[in-house]
Amino acid sequence: MTCSPTRNPFTHTETAAVGVAIEGLSKNFGCFEVLKNVTFSVEPGEIFVLMGPSGSGKSVLLKHIVGLEKPTAGRVTVDGRDASSETTREQVRLALVFQSGALFNSLSVYDNLALYPREHQVADEAAIREKVMRALQILSLEGTAHKSPSELSGGMKKRVAIARGLVMEPQLMLYDEPTSELDPVMSATITEIIATLKDEYHVTSIVVSHDRELALGIADRVGILMGGELVSLGTPAELRAPKDPRVAEFLYPKIDLKNPRFKKLET
Amino acid sequence: MNQLTAILEGIGSTLQLLFRAVSYTPSLWRQRARFIEQCYLIGYTTLPIVAILSFFIGSVLALQAGYSMSNFGAKQFIGSLVGLSMARELGPVMAAILLAGRVGSAIAAELASMKVYQEIDALETMNIPPAKILVLPRLAAVLVMMPVLAIIADLVGWFGGAIISKYTQSIAIEPEAYFSVLRRFMVFKDVLNGLIKAEVFGFAIVLVCCNIGLNTRGGPREIGAAVTRAVVVSLILILVLDYFVTKALM
Ligand SMILES: Nc1ncnc2c1ncn2[C@@H]1O[C@H](COP(=O)(O)OP(=O)(O)OP(=O)(O)O)[C@@H](O)[C@H]1O
Ligand SMILES: [Mg+2]
Repeated sequence: MTCSPTRNPFTHTETAAVGVAIEGLSKNFGCFEVLKNVTFSVEPGEIFVLMGPSGSGKSVLLKHIVGLEKPTAGRVTVDGRDASSETTREQVRLALVFQSGALFNSLSVYDNLALYPREHQVADEAAIREKVMRALQILSLEGTAHKSPSELSGGMKKRVAIARGLVMEPQLMLYDEPTSELDPVMSATITEIIATLKDEYHVTSIVVSHDRELALGIADRVGILMGGELVSLGTPAELRAPKDPRVAEFLYPKIDLKNPRFKKLET
Repeated sequence: MNQLTAILEGIGSTLQLLFRAVSYTPSLWRQRARFIEQCYLIGYTTLPIVAILSFFIGSVLALQAGYSMSNFGAKQFIGSLVGLSMARELGPVMAAILLAGRVGSAIAAELASMKVYQEIDALETMNIPPAKILVLPRLAAVLVMMPVLAIIADLVGWFGGAIISKYTQSIAIEPEAYFSVLRRFMVFKDVLNGLIKAEVFGFAIVLVCCNIGLNTRGGPREIGAAVTRAVVVSLILILVLDYFVTKALM
C-alpha cells in the first residue's frame, strides 16, 4: 500500500505514505457495544474526516488504529500490518493528537516536543531545537516553550499536542477533535496545516472533528459514525445535501426556539 | 479464587515488566540524566527520615538490651547486640519500609496518574516504551541508592545505641567499650548480608510499585487506590522476602 514517496517537512527524507484498512471492526466494553461492524479504508495520502455525535465511538475507533485497543472482532491494518502488534509502531511512524492532549505533565512544553526526536535519535540537539521551535512557531506557541503543561489554557494544550505530533514527522497523523477548543483563526490555521501536510508531504490524515468547515473544506472523504455504526461515507460534495435524514439533522441542525429539542423529550 | 488469579496475574505482569525493563539496559547510558534524577529523588526524600528513625531504633535497642541484659550482668555486650541487629535486620528493613512509604508511594502515584491521563498511551503511540524510560532508570537508581541508605541506617543506629548506652545511668557504658564489643562480634559478612537484603527489598519495591502504577485503570479515585495498594503490597513483600532472603543467606 504505497504511493508516491513522502518528504518529511523537516528532514526531507523520503518515506512512503501509508493507508489504513478497517474490516468489520466491532468493539465491546463488557457487554456494552461501542463499535458495530465498522468497515472502511483510508487511502495513502488521503484526508479522512470522521464525524459523529458525542459518544458514538470516534475516539475508541482512533485508539484501534494506533493499537491502544484490541478489536473484539474484525481487523485493523495500517500499511497492511496488524495495527495492534507492537512491531507496526516500529515500522510505521504514526502520531495521535489525543482529545485531552495527553501532554507529559512532568516535562516542559519544549521537552514534550523534543521527547520523540531525542528518544529515537533522529537528529542532534541543535537540529531538534530548530524543529521544535519551528513547530511551536507554526502554532504561535513560542512564548510557552519553557512553561509546564499545567500552566496552559485548554486551547494551548491542544496546540502543543498538535505541535508534538508535527515534530514526530509522522506518515499517518490522527487528530481527535483538533479544533474543538480553538478560536476561529486558530481553527483555520490547523485546517491549513492538515491540508498542507497532505499536499506537500503526502501525510495520511484521519481527523475526528465536529468542525463542518474543516470537514467540507479539506476532506477527501467524510465518514459519519452514529451509535457505533458507520452510517454514511462519501465526499464532502455529497454531504452538502445528505439524503439520510439522520445525517442531515446531525450536520445541519435547525435551532427551533418555538419547538426546542429538550421539550420534545418531556412529552 | 478471584483473588488468587489476581495475585498470579500481578506476579506475571511484574515479571514481564522486569524482563522488558532489563532488556533496555544498554540504553541506560543515554538515559543517565534520568538515572541521576532518580538517584537524587530516592536518596534525598528517604535519607533524612531513615537517619532519624534509625537513630531511635538504635537507641531503643540499647535501652531494651540494657534493661534485660543487666539482670545477668551481660550489659557489656550491648554493643554487639545493637550492632548485629541493626546490620543484619533492622537497618535494611527500616530503610525498605521508609522507601516503600516515601518513594514507592510516589512512584505509584506518578505512574498511575500518567496512565489515567493517557500519558502512557501517548508514549506507546510514540513507540517509546514506558519500561525503558520510566521503569529502568528507577530500578537502576534504587540499586545504587539502597545500599547507601542501609549503611547510613546501620551507622546512625549504632551511634544512637552508643549515645544511649553512655548517658543512661543503669547502663553507663563508654563508647570505646561499646564499639570494641560491636567490632569484636561482627564480621564483614553480617554487614554484607544486610546490604544484600536491602538491595533485594529496594529492587522489589520499586518494581512492584511501577507495575501497580502502570496497571491502573479508571479515573482519579483509582490513583489513590493504586498508591494504597502499592504501599501495602510493598510492606507484605518486605516481610515475606525478609524471611526467604535471611534463610538463603544463612
Ligand atoms: N475504556 C472504556 N471502558 C468502557 N467504556 C468506554 C471506554 N472508552 C469509551 N467507552 C464508551 O464508548 C463510547 C464511545 O466513546 P468515545 O470516547 O469513542 O466517544 P466519542 O465519539 O469520541 O465522543 P466525543 O465526541 O464526546 O469525544 C462511550 O459511550 C463511552 O462511554
Ligand atoms: Mg472523543
